[in-house]
Order: sequence, then C-alpha cells, then structure tokens
Amino acid sequence: MAVTSLLPPAAIRSDLESIVDWVEAGSRVLDVGCGDGELLHALVHRKQVDGRGIELSMDGVRASVARGLAVIQGDADTDLKDYPSDGFDYVILSQTLQATRHPRIVLDHLVRIGRHAIVSVPNFGYWRVRADLLLRGRMPVTDRLGHEWYETPNIHFCTIADMVALCQDMGITIERSLILGADDRAVPAPADSVRANWLGVQAVFLLQRS
Amino acid sequence: MNVAIDATSQDTSEAANSGPAGCIRLGLDQPLELDGGGTLSGFRLAYRTYGRLNADRSNAVLVCHALTGDQYVAEQHPVTGKQGWWDLMVGPGRPVDTDRFFVICSNVIGGCLGSEGPKETDAATGKPWALNFPVITIADMVRAQKMLIDHLGIDQLFCVIGGSMGGMQVLQWAVSYPDKVYCCLPIATAARHSAQNIAFHEVGRQAIMADPDWRLGDYLNQGTRPTKGLSVARMAAHITYLSEPALHRKFGRNLQDRKSITFGFDADFQVESYLRYQGISFVERFDANSYLYITRAMDYFDLAADHGGVLANAFRVTGPDGRLTGTPVKFCVISFSSDWLFPTSESRALVHALNAVAANVSFVEVETDKGHDAFLLDVPEFYQVARGFIEGHAARRGIAAKVG
Repeated sequence: MAVTSLLPPAAIRSDLESIVDWVEAGSRVLDVGCGDGELLHALVHRKQVDGRGIELSMDGVRASVARGLAVIQGDADTDLKDYPSDGFDYVILSQTLQATRHPRIVLDHLVRIGRHAIVSVPNFGYWRVRADLLLRGRMPVTDRLGHEWYETPNIHFCTIADMVALCQDMGITIERSLILGADDRAVPAPADSVRANWLGVQAVFLLQRS
Repeated sequence: MNVAIDATSQDTSEAANSGPAGCIRLGLDQPLELDGGGTLSGFRLAYRTYGRLNADRSNAVLVCHALTGDQYVAEQHPVTGKQGWWDLMVGPGRPVDTDRFFVICSNVIGGCLGSEGPKETDAATGKPWALNFPVITIADMVRAQKMLIDHLGIDQLFCVIGGSMGGMQVLQWAVSYPDKVYCCLPIATAARHSAQNIAFHEVGRQAIMADPDWRLGDYLNQGTRPTKGLSVARMAAHITYLSEPALHRKFGRNLQDRKSITFGFDADFQVESYLRYQGISFVERFDANSYLYITRAMDYFDLAADHGGVLANAFRVTGPDGRLTGTPVKFCVISFSSDWLFPTSESRALVHALNAVAANVSFVEVETDKGHDAFLLDVPEFYQVARGFIEGHAARRGIAAKVG
C-alpha cells in the first residue's frame, strides 16, 4: 500500500482530466465528495496541490487515507458551513451537486470557501435523455445516470441550461466550461448554447463569485 | 513476539542506559514541573520498547495508554498473563509494525505499574506517596514522556497514537510539541472531558473513598485495600465502555448458571456476573489511589480552556516568518459510531478546529456497535484506516518497510 501510494496515478476519467488541467499548480484544493481519492491523488502528484477531501462513505475515506490523502468523513449538505471563507483556491464538486438536498446552498458554499469552484454535472437535457422521456415515456437510465428512478441518489436533476441560469441568478461567473458529449468527446460549444444542452452528456464549469 | 528492551540487541547507547527492567529515573538534573504547582525530581518512569530504532532515528512511534492501561502494549502482561492490550494494533505486520518502527510505550506518571505514582515510595519519607502524591494532568504525563524520548535520543517521533485517555495524550503531544511529532492518531477521544464523563468518574472515586478500607488513602500503610470500592468503580466505568446493543448481543437477559430467577440478590443475570468478574479481576492489577489520580487528570483535560477558550488556537504555531500558522502535525482522527463516552461529535469538534487552521487532517467514524472499547477490539475497518494512514505517511517520511 505504501508503495502504490507513491506511484503516479493511472489514467483518470475524462471530466476529471480537464479538472486537473484547470487547477493551478501548487494551489490549495478541497475536493467535496472525493470518493476513493482518484482526482485528489492525481492533483497532488501532477499539480503538487495541497489537497483535502470530504467524503460521505467510510469505504471512500479509507481508500483515500490509504493513499496518503487528508480526507474527512462528512456530508456536503451539512458540513460545508464549517469551512472558513476563501480557505481554498479551488473547491471541486464532481458529479455530486445533483445528489445534494440543497444544491443552491451547496453551490453558494463552494464559491464562498474557494476563490474558484469547479463543478461537474450530468446533463438531463442530453438528447438521448429527452428522447427516452418523450418516446418511451420512461425515466431515462443512461451511463451517467445509471439508476432507476426509485433508487437514484440523484434527487435534483438539472440541464446545462438550468445550471447556467442558476449561476446567473446567484451572481456566479462562469469562467470556463467544458461540454463532454458521447464517448466523453468535447463538444465545441459555449455552455449557454442550445447545442451544448442537446449534445452534452455532462458539463464541467469553472466558477467564481462575482 | 516480544522483542522488547534487550539492551544488547539495540544499537543506541541511550537505549542501553534504560536497563533491562525498563524503568528509569528521570528529572534528576531538571525536575518535572507540574501544572498544579510543585515538581517531581528523580521520578520513575516504567516503559517498554519493541523493534529497533533506524539509523536516522526517524521511525519512533509512541503509544499512549488509556486510563487503566499500561506499558505492556504488545506482550504478555506480567500480572494478568493476558496478551498485550493492543496486540491487534502493535506487533510484527500490524498497523504499527514492529519490524518497521521503534515502538515506545510508557506507564503514565500517577500510574501503578512502575512509574511514579501514589503506590510508589516517596524517597523523602520512605513511605508510599498515597495522597501526598501531587495531582497531575495529562500535560504532566506528556512532559514526563518527552523526557523519556529525549533520554532515548529521539528528536522527532514519527507517530503518536492512542485511544481514549491515550488520545488525550496524543492531542497534548501535538499541541505541546508540534515540531516533535510528524503524524498522530487520536482515537475515540476528545479535546476536553465532558460533564457526563466527569460525573461518571466522580461516581467511581466516591465508590473508592466510601470503602472503609480506603483509610483516607493511607491503606498501604495500614495494611488494607479498598478492593470493594475499586471494584464498584470499575463495574460502573465498564458499562460506559460498552453500548446497549453490545451488552444485549453478548448477554441479553440470559441467566447465569440457573434455570430461573432466584428472587434474591445473587448474580442471576449473566451481565451481573460479567460485571462482578470485571470488578474483581481489576483490583488485582490496579491501585485505588492511582484510579483517583488518573481519572482526575482526565477531568482536568480541556485544550480549548488552555488557549483562550478557542480550540483552534491550540493548533496554531509560529511559522518560520514569525506569523501564526496551522500546526504541521498530520492528524488521523477516528471515532466509533456507538461510542457514547467519547461520541463522534467530540471528534468532529476537534476536526472542525483543525480545519479552521488548515491543518492536514483525516477523519473517519467507524461503524460498529462495540462502543468506546471498539478501539481495543477486532474491528477490521478501524485497523485498515490506521494502517493506511501510517503506511502512507511512513512512505512520505522515507521510513523503510523493515529496519535495516
């Protein structure tokens, strides 16, 4: 275990790959919902960040700690209020916003705690999702949204357009965005375009409070 | 398994000074200053070591024991004959791997297994200290341990680890000597002793002091022993180390060696018989006055109070530029879901304070129904977390997997 923790991390998910690209080397990073520490580990090794994590599951914390990461068992919905403002350069929330009870409050904390927030969300406006609902009349189950409606942890679905609108409403600036389509290929379209909302399977946003 | 202090097998001259008995006198040149005023000079400190110190002296791990623990962390106990009290944590191939680390465990001052305490003889009078022993604090215990570490020629401990009162010492180490601790694991503990816990301790102390054989603490001179009082104190305390589900799972309402209740005050129920046994076996190995002193030390523990009422301030240090910054010590805080003596909320308060100073802290609440005692029991997830944290940081610190 000690040896593996020193090895450079293996290839990571494409949305995580872009997050690694966006983060400035040597910065302070808080990864909320860090899972087994995959992204944090990559950031520590490739960007030499001072990284911290929050993770709900004991298994996730255990795996992260075993990688030598500083991770706290906690809940994005309840524990972010305890973090001081501007404590981090980046606060990351990857594929988790839609699973929180109060996404707006969580988002507010993210841009308060971090100088920047990086948020990735699955897009409920993706054409296949819309087609499922329109043609089959059933709640969509896709790779990114892989649960039946009765057991999904994703309780607050949104589209890319919804995210753009919420940010506008909250006075949050979208500094950068990346739309990932089928097979995780980048869709060259701005986040507020109709094209992005149809073709994006997911979107990654770099946010800053105005 | 016992690789303890065979002086000839150790390559440090300081360790050789410790002698095979594992008990030294410290504070001969500079006495130990006590929080309550007064000093201890030339005091005894009993300890055991396991494994070997590496060439750059970077692999030392200090294990801090709990209220009724002692220095026999990973070997057979000389009085009870039982296995080391933390055999699951410390030993070859264990999370605190004695093939990799040089492990030190000392009996706290105020204790009763060789370290200076109320049972030992006061050199000034030639009689047992009894209640003339000064009241000590957790910080005093840690200052005594620091003298031992200095004596062993260790500048920085790789890790300090302990549960319950041991966890209090771990926290005190990090606060008192932040540059002498690389990483630490405070387990099932708190930054202060709660009102409820002080209350339970008071019940135990009153039980001891109500025993006519206590003789105002002078029992050793008068040839008596307050075994009844100490045993009741232990029984009451033991309940707080367990949990309702654990007691129910273990005993339920099962009867002890009988088919029906007796309509008397014998131990009808297994749980009564178990508690009586816990009480009786405890008095064989523990001194009643020590119990008073050590419970008092825990009651007085309050890190925030020592730092202007703000716990986070306890973890601020002066950086190289002269400005206050967060502690450099890396923390792994662990609590247990069914521990109602040191509940998870206490650990969370600690983590919150560490976060406020941007300290490097990990935290896990381990799911178990085994109560406070879980840190001593077979709870695999707990040892996995500890192992991950220790191995991760040992690799960063450049400590070889085996002492060469």
